[in-house]
Amino acid sequence: MNIEAYIRVLDLYARYARAIDDGRFQDWLDLFADECSYCVVPLENTRQALQLPIIRCRTRAMLSDRIVSLQQANIYNIHSDRHLISNVQLIRESPDRIEAEADFAIYQTDQEGESRLFGVGRYRTELVGPLQDLRIRAQHVTLDTASVPTLMATPL
Amino acid sequence: MAMDRYAWPGKALSRIPFGIFTDPEVYGEEQTRVFRGRTWSYLCLEAEIAEPGDFRTIFVGDTSVVVNRAKDGSLHAFINRCAHRGAIVRREMYGNAPDHVCVYHQWCFDQTGKLAGVPFKRGVKGRGGFPREAMNEDIRLTPLRVQSYRGAIFGTFAQDMVPLEEYLDPQFTAHLDRLLSRPLRILGYQRQRIRGNWKLYSENVRDPYHGGLLHLFQVTFGIYRNTQRGGTRISAQKGHNISYSVQGTDQEDARTAHAGVGTYREGFSLQYPELLAYRDEFRDGCGLSIMSVFPNAVFHQIGNSLATRQIRPKGPNEFELFWTYYGYQDDSEEMIEHRLDQANLAGPAGLVSMEDGEAIELVHRSIAAGSDRHSFVAMGADEPIETSDILVSEIPIRGFWTQYTSIMGIRTGDAP
Repeated sequence: MNIEAYIRVLDLYARYARAIDDGRFQDWLDLFADECSYCVVPLENTRQALQLPIIRCRTRAMLSDRIVSLQQANIYNIHSDRHLISNVQLIRESPDRIEAEADFAIYQTDQEGESRLFGVGRYRTELVGPLQDLRIRAQHVTLDTASVPTLMATPL
Repeated sequence: MAMDRYAWPGKALSRIPFGIFTDPEVYGEEQTRVFRGRTWSYLCLEAEIAEPGDFRTIFVGDTSVVVNRAKDGSLHAFINRCAHRGAIVRREMYGNAPDHVCVYHQWCFDQTGKLAGVPFKRGVKGRGGFPREAMNEDIRLTPLRVQSYRGAIFGTFAQDMVPLEEYLDPQFTAHLDRLLSRPLRILGYQRQRIRGNWKLYSENVRDPYHGGLLHLFQVTFGIYRNTQRGGTRISAQKGHNISYSVQGTDQEDARTAHAGVGTYREGFSLQYPELLAYRDEFRDGCGLSIMSVFPNAVFHQIGNSLATRQIRPKGPNEFELFWTYYGYQDDSEEMIEHRLDQANLAGPAGLVSMEDGEAIELVHRSIAAGSDRHSFVAMGADEPIETSDILVSEIPIRGFWTQYTSIMGIRTGDAP
């Protein structure tokens, strides 16, 4: 295993989590390549060979629309997120492309200071570019927690 | 009785006592009278159990129910509770099986729910077996009466209920004819767990008033079109509702139609407006229709996103929404892709409607401390509870309460 590649991927996942949890959605979007996709699919659908997503952004334009909608249009529960990402593994490595997987748990904290588990699942992440500047080409989120608590506004 | 605790003042069900949403005794009574009583509940789609032996476990109210297609193709539904000691018999959410065996003591039930086998039925050495008087009893999993309308399976615990078509009402069977006229292709599921009472959701889907006020996606991106016309249809028993809107009569394509007509807020536009493109697949211009069937179903059409929703109460303070998305078997792959894209619009992360989860929780959290107070279903309260072309209206909500109070045996103020 290329140790540098592994550490770069770890660092990218950390920046990914921090950007969402701090509400810096433009910074989060900037982690993606110009050509990119982001989708969230419940595990129960995948297991039944069904494609139906909860979120499906096939292009950067669609992803950007979702972020603008989040910031300007959608009304959702006032909360903060905390991503815990672990079990990071490099699945494939080539000079300009890495495929990685990681498990996540996301907790939401409301204004009463109560935290509850929002969901757990797995990222399958395709990364492109030089190691010093890895960008996400595809982020496929498999969500174990199919029954979404309240609603899903902020990205996983 | 729990229901008699609450006053229903005002005319024609425009004041709803908050306690009716939070009272655990009312909740218990609803399970008996509404969900296991004189109603037809939506179970699942035939396309989900297409092959002989296919089954799904679903919920009618908070009762777990197995829906099963038998070897001969016939449809059956029964309570998922062992006739022996009450264990859940079918633990899986879906599958295909020749029979259903309870893991606890291996009692075996056939695809119609009838007891087919009991280990050691005659005991050991002739002692300790099945009681003699029960040997010839018809022991089975509690059945529901089942009927399918165009592939949408409904069930009722009241064996003498009127036929499904009559219960649904002609305006509503006509709408199902529209939605379910071609063989279906199941695309998948979404679920959402909302911490509120199930009736707050029943109101929400019968409330076209909130559409352009809570859900700001279309307004923000200038998609809301003032050429839209529509209305609400209400069934004879008042509990079912279709809220719909029709695109402008002009035939411009969806792209130009959505490219800034009636912009409300300056400066925001979608980079990918095609997400909202509506392909007029029913050839009637109707791009949005939300049909709710009392007590537990919604059939939605949001553009080309088609789904059923099953409302599953989980106690007075929580419910699950279970969405089954579908297209048609003769859809092109490109159309399937379009439907999968439009899965973005509704559901737990729906760009157009995610706010409902929050709105319902906002109400439920605040009314717990006001069980003797009332909600004011104000808009259109002077109008009769019937089909109309008013889109800014809360009239269908009063339709829900008409059927609910009737079935619950609740005496109301000067309600019809």
